[in-house]
Amino acid sequence: MRRFGLALREVGHGLRRNLTMTVAVILTVAVSLTLFGTGLMVRAQVDAMKDYWYDRVEVSVFLCGNASDPKVCPAGAITPEQRAAVDAQLRGLTGVVEEVFYESQQEAYNRFKEQFKNSPILENVTPESMPESFRVKLANPEDFTKVAAAVGTSPGVEQVQDQRQLLEKFFKLLGGLQAIALGIAVAMLLVTVLLVVNTMRVAAFSRRKETGIMKLVGASNAYIQLPFVLEAAVAAGIGGLLAVGALAAEKAYLVDKVLEPSFRFTAFVGWDETIKIMIIVFVTGILLASVAAFLTVRRYLKV
Amino acid sequence: MIQFEEVSKRYKAQSAPALDNISLEIADGEFTFLVGPSGSGKSTFLRLLLREEKATSGKVIVNDKDIAKLRNWKVPAFRREMGAVFQDFRLLPEKTVTQNIAFALEVIGTPKAAVGPAVADALELVGLTEMADRKPGQLSGGEQQRVALARAFVNKPPILIADEPTGNLDPATSLGIMRLLDRINRTGTTVIMATHDAAIVDQMRKRVIELVGGHIIRDEARGVYGYAG
Repeated sequence: MRRFGLALREVGHGLRRNLTMTVAVILTVAVSLTLFGTGLMVRAQVDAMKDYWYDRVEVSVFLCGNASDPKVCPAGAITPEQRAAVDAQLRGLTGVVEEVFYESQQEAYNRFKEQFKNSPILENVTPESMPESFRVKLANPEDFTKVAAAVGTSPGVEQVQDQRQLLEKFFKLLGGLQAIALGIAVAMLLVTVLLVVNTMRVAAFSRRKETGIMKLVGASNAYIQLPFVLEAAVAAGIGGLLAVGALAAEKAYLVDKVLEPSFRFTAFVGWDETIKIMIIVFVTGILLASVAAFLTVRRYLKV
Repeated sequence: MIQFEEVSKRYKAQSAPALDNISLEIADGEFTFLVGPSGSGKSTFLRLLLREEKATSGKVIVNDKDIAKLRNWKVPAFRREMGAVFQDFRLLPEKTVTQNIAFALEVIGTPKAAVGPAVADALELVGLTEMADRKPGQLSGGEQQRVALARAFVNKPPILIADEPTGNLDPATSLGIMRLLDRINRTGTTVIMATHDAAIVDQMRKRVIELVGGHIIRDEARGVYGYAG
């Protein structure tokens, strides 16, 4: 215990002796962990949006109306019998279809009106020009093709549309951004590791006289190396706390105060996710710095 | 007991071996001089003994243990059985005499209660009790080497290694260091000292092992530094 106390005293001593390097390590760790954490937050955000949207996506089965393309709907508007048949077909897809509801022309018109409240486009739209449709919610969103195969060519069906495909393009774009963010974060973590390695080399060199004597009189390797590893861990821990603070600010300010009020149509990353990310970031920082320090010091302070 | 069995040491960058097939024994409690010109292998001999290096071939055996076979984590415990002093003293300039000596005990986990008395004993042995609170920079070379000796011996190791301990000191001061080494030797400690100092070797009349080019060319029980010429 006494030896541990002595080692801890050495840590404070070592950190102060090498103040500029210590500050450099703290700041680099803070910046790279913030970026890393931000990358994780973006990913969590995209996941939250995916959950939100994929939960709401449906397959739309548009039915032939008077305004439909005659090539697809040669018989004109769908008859009540045909509509009942399509409804039965959809409901017959047990295990694939979770829910089916019918949207009449008037309902479609009302929804359209709601969505484009302030747009002049409304003037040219009447309930008769809107298609009636079946909205199909799938048990597994991947099963679109099964629905298309079942009712795509049924009489009175104009088109089967998968909303998911529209979202996929959007999420692909987000995925690209997310990969870039994580790429930068990983590069920064690498920079942090290199800086810790270099700092430890300098520290080992500047203390070679002490460590040389320690080796000579038979101090154990752990005793000689522990202060260096603890120094790196403490510096990384301080940097990690700064990063955790920055992430908390991102969540409390950027997400809750700026993004959430302006974008009402989606879900945002929550505090539980944010706290999970903070813990990951903090632990990653300390582990990375400690392991880098340990491996460096072990090489430079060989018995 | 220290045994070298057909020990050779070859450094990577050099074609000639630093030590070439050396065999010898040094008994417990013996005082041995290691002499020879620079580059003759004296330092390599001591480094092998401290296990700072491993022999390229042959065995270095200390107290019946082949030290090349020691696991890395056991090396520190092995080194606690040895004290070492060097030409350049190797004291920590920002620590006082007391702290320098205590450091050697603290870093091997000696209980705090035992450190103070052991340091006081060591200071008394080397005659520096009055200088206890000075820093190395405030001491003469001879006094610094005494501090180094106190640090090497504070743990009462059975073997003391001295690599040119008088190399930086004038003859009168050197004599004082030799008296101290002799005293330490008389407590039963094996002393192995590498030196260039002919006057000291001639005066002490102890065992002399002379190395030239990595070979032992002379091993005398009560030798002198060398024959003139």
